Amino acid sequence: MPPNPQLNAKGELQHLLSIEGLPREILTQILDTAEPFAGVTEREVKKVPLMRGKSVFNLFFEASTRTRTTFEIAAKRLSADVINLNVAVSSQSKGESLLDTVANLSAMQADVFVVRHGSAGAPYLIARHVKPHEHVINAGDGRHAHPTQGLLDLYTIRHYKKDFTRLTVAIVGDVLHSRVARSLIHGLTTLGVPEVRVIGPQTLMPAGVESLGVRVFHDMRAGLKGCDVVMMLRLQNERMNGPLLPSAAEFFRNYGLTAEKLALARADAIVMHPGPMNRGVEIDSPVADGPRSVILPQVTFGIAVRMAVMSIVAGN
Amino acid sequence: MKLLIKGGRVIDPASGRDEVGDIFIAAGRISGDKAKADRTIDAKGLVVAPGLIDLAARLREPGHGYKATLESEMDAAVAGGVTSLACPPDTTPPLDEPGLVDMLRRRAKALERARVYPVGALTVKLAGERLTEMSVLAHAGCVAFSQANVPITDTQVLWRAMQYAATFGFPVWLRAEDKWLSREGVAHDGEVATRLGLAGIPAFTETIALATLLQLVRSTGARLHVCRLSTAAAVDMIRAAKKEKLPVTCDVGIHYVHLSELDLGYFDSHCRLDPPLRSQRDREALAAGLADGTVDCVVSDHAPVDEDQKQLPFAEAETGATGLELLLPLVLKWGAERKLSLARTLARVTSDPARILGVQSGRIEPGAPADLVVFDPAQHWRVAPDALRSQGKNTPFLGYELAGRVRATIVAGNVVYEDVR
Amino acid sequence: MNKLPEAEILLPKLAAELKAGVTPATAMIGLYTGGAWLAERLHPLLGLKDPLGLMDIAFYRDDYAKEGLKHDPKRTKIPFEVEGRDLLLVDDVLYTGRTVRAAMNELFDYGRPRSISLVVLADRGGRQLPIAAQHVGAVVEVPKGKRLRLKRADNGKLSLDLEDAA
Repeated sequence: MPPNPQLNAKGELQHLLSIEGLPREILTQILDTAEPFAGVTEREVKKVPLMRGKSVFNLFFEASTRTRTTFEIAAKRLSADVINLNVAVSSQSKGESLLDTVANLSAMQADVFVVRHGSAGAPYLIARHVKPHEHVINAGDGRHAHPTQGLLDLYTIRHYKKDFTRLTVAIVGDVLHSRVARSLIHGLTTLGVPEVRVIGPQTLMPAGVESLGVRVFHDMRAGLKGCDVVMMLRLQNERMNGPLLPSAAEFFRNYGLTAEKLALARADAIVMHPGPMNRGVEIDSPVADGPRSVILPQVTFGIAVRMAVMSIVAGN
Repeated sequence: MKLLIKGGRVIDPASGRDEVGDIFIAAGRISGDKAKADRTIDAKGLVVAPGLIDLAARLREPGHGYKATLESEMDAAVAGGVTSLACPPDTTPPLDEPGLVDMLRRRAKALERARVYPVGALTVKLAGERLTEMSVLAHAGCVAFSQANVPITDTQVLWRAMQYAATFGFPVWLRAEDKWLSREGVAHDGEVATRLGLAGIPAFTETIALATLLQLVRSTGARLHVCRLSTAAAVDMIRAAKKEKLPVTCDVGIHYVHLSELDLGYFDSHCRLDPPLRSQRDREALAAGLADGTVDCVVSDHAPVDEDQKQLPFAEAETGATGLELLLPLVLKWGAERKLSLARTLARVTSDPARILGVQSGRIEPGAPADLVVFDPAQHWRVAPDALRSQGKNTPFLGYELAGRVRATIVAGNVVYEDVR
Repeated sequence: MNKLPEAEILLPKLAAELKAGVTPATAMIGLYTGGAWLAERLHPLLGLKDPLGLMDIAFYRDDYAKEGLKHDPKRTKIPFEVEGRDLLLVDDVLYTGRTVRAAMNELFDYGRPRSISLVVLADRGGRQLPIAAQHVGAVVEVPKGKRLRLKRADNGKLSLDLEDAA
């Protein structure tokens, strides 16, 4: 195997492409660094001058307002300059190759590229071709990885549950197509969570998923028993049109999170969701808005985590 | 011209001969007559074997001129010691008309390098709907009929095409792939694809299609050559089919006995191949099947791809790897790993494909065509873009040091390649 | 080699000096890590109204471009209003003055204090910015190639120590 492209010669993080392959020390460093940034987001002046003069380019080949906005806010709170490029619309349609697009931006003195792309592996291709002082952060590549989401999920779990080594975590829904699930699974197993469960129908489970270190459940009630954390994945509408699922209603019946099903988990279990939620498909409103839901704090933590990631990679 | 190849280790897999000796060539054939030679090649310390016969090498002609040219790929072939090659019909346009076949053969012949045997399209435009004029195409020089990497999805058409080919005894060379099951996938449906988030192609896309093909062989009597096996299960099915004495042969691409899904690493698009690289278990079964003869021969599956088409995210990259110049060292590597004799190793790229192709080359005996390769099995060389004559530099073996260097290639008694360094 | 002054002896002297100027507007902030240890010892001795504030200047340093982000930054917690206060900013060693510059920048993002007084256990000279301490435990000469640090033993005892500079 070639050397890990995320780490530089000193073993420091120079790109964040995937949680998989990162040593636990680096994951812990990111979570620990996010802590004081969370403090910054809570005070009145939410900016620090740390990355003044640095430029962050948001390169989104796949449209996303939520994620792009969070990265923009995070970069601005670090006093960096932010440039948003909706490449989905402009150069790609002109037939410009991915690498040509990046090379053109490189000429504009970028320090950090935040990249979201529909094809797995695209950020790796970019990272192989950027200059030494340029850093790539993967904001989601196909169904492969969404490492900043995984990190903010880990941060959230640590915030509420403290000790990873005593937890049972369940991830429910369309694992097959989910980069959020893959990233979270890698993070949880690296940080020593003893039991990670995936819950969903066979049609939405990737082949050999157990090899990622998880237990597979097709029966949601059985899978939720005794869980400390329940992460609900978003089900996309497209999945309903093919041979994978018959309907949203049937999915909700078997795999939707309701208060009644949640009661099977531990009394102090937390409910998470990467957003945006499909109410009535994967989760019902009373649970989404209920006392065990930490879905909104996830969003806040997401800014602190992204500030931590950006300031760590851009400084290495 | 009278040619003498002197003092080399002569290996003829067909007869099992493996000894130091001289080879006399006259009038394009191996001669029993030790007449005075016009030219002598000193083969001391080198191996002299039949020239390699590669049943799948894309020359990118007609069409695809930006990827490679006939000249560059024919240069690559003889530099790799390949003296005969069969080219699949997936050219632009596909080889479904006699005029195209004829032109290709003439152009190839005029270059005076390797012998080119075109494989004709089984259906018009490879579209899987209408049969091609197989008799006319055979007359123009097609040795078999194939769908390249575009399997027929309509089983009715598949049945009738095989029936028609069987009528005339034309061999049918087909990939075993169920296009419905594989249509979205880009990698083997297993642990690596799951980790990398790549859409998967399950192993049963091959076995389900193979079962269909074998059943159609039983019903039609067509001579079937299954191309590019990729699964352990398919090797077992072929073994059973041969036991049943069905007229079935098969090949494996050289990459598939060396590489597996693990070689994808961090989305290396040089490993984006069709069929995909599968599990280590599959690789082991293919390597073993090639050793015990269940898999009849190994091919390069040469597919030069423009570098721009590889510098893309994995799923978007074009499939294929360059292979003509790597076939010899890679087959030697396989043979060494399986602890086979050189003769048995080389059989899989000489006498065995000769048998399937139905040609006289591929053996060393008086009267046989003088198609030979002289090589140094111990000389290492580094796989680098400037070391390859093919315009395709796309190979997963970039940077590897391989053993097996061609020193001279002879086709029809003419020295068509010499390593001058 | 000159013997280093004893931190445990300097400490009560500093406390006595500071106590003289304490008013209801006074509040204290210690800088991680050495300044925080020192402040934790001084704070109870001064009878201040508000709890101790603790500050990490990692996000305000001027050497990010060269050195990257400092490892393991801590969360700044200032449990009182900064506006209009007389702040005692506490650090262990005053050297170039850059740490204090960063601390003041950070402090002003919390509000506008009425005054800031710098309290240090040791002043080793070598200033690169126009910064001065109002309360100094001792002036210490540091040999070339060495670094002056505050150490805290398991039992809480503070001491000054010389280390090789990195």
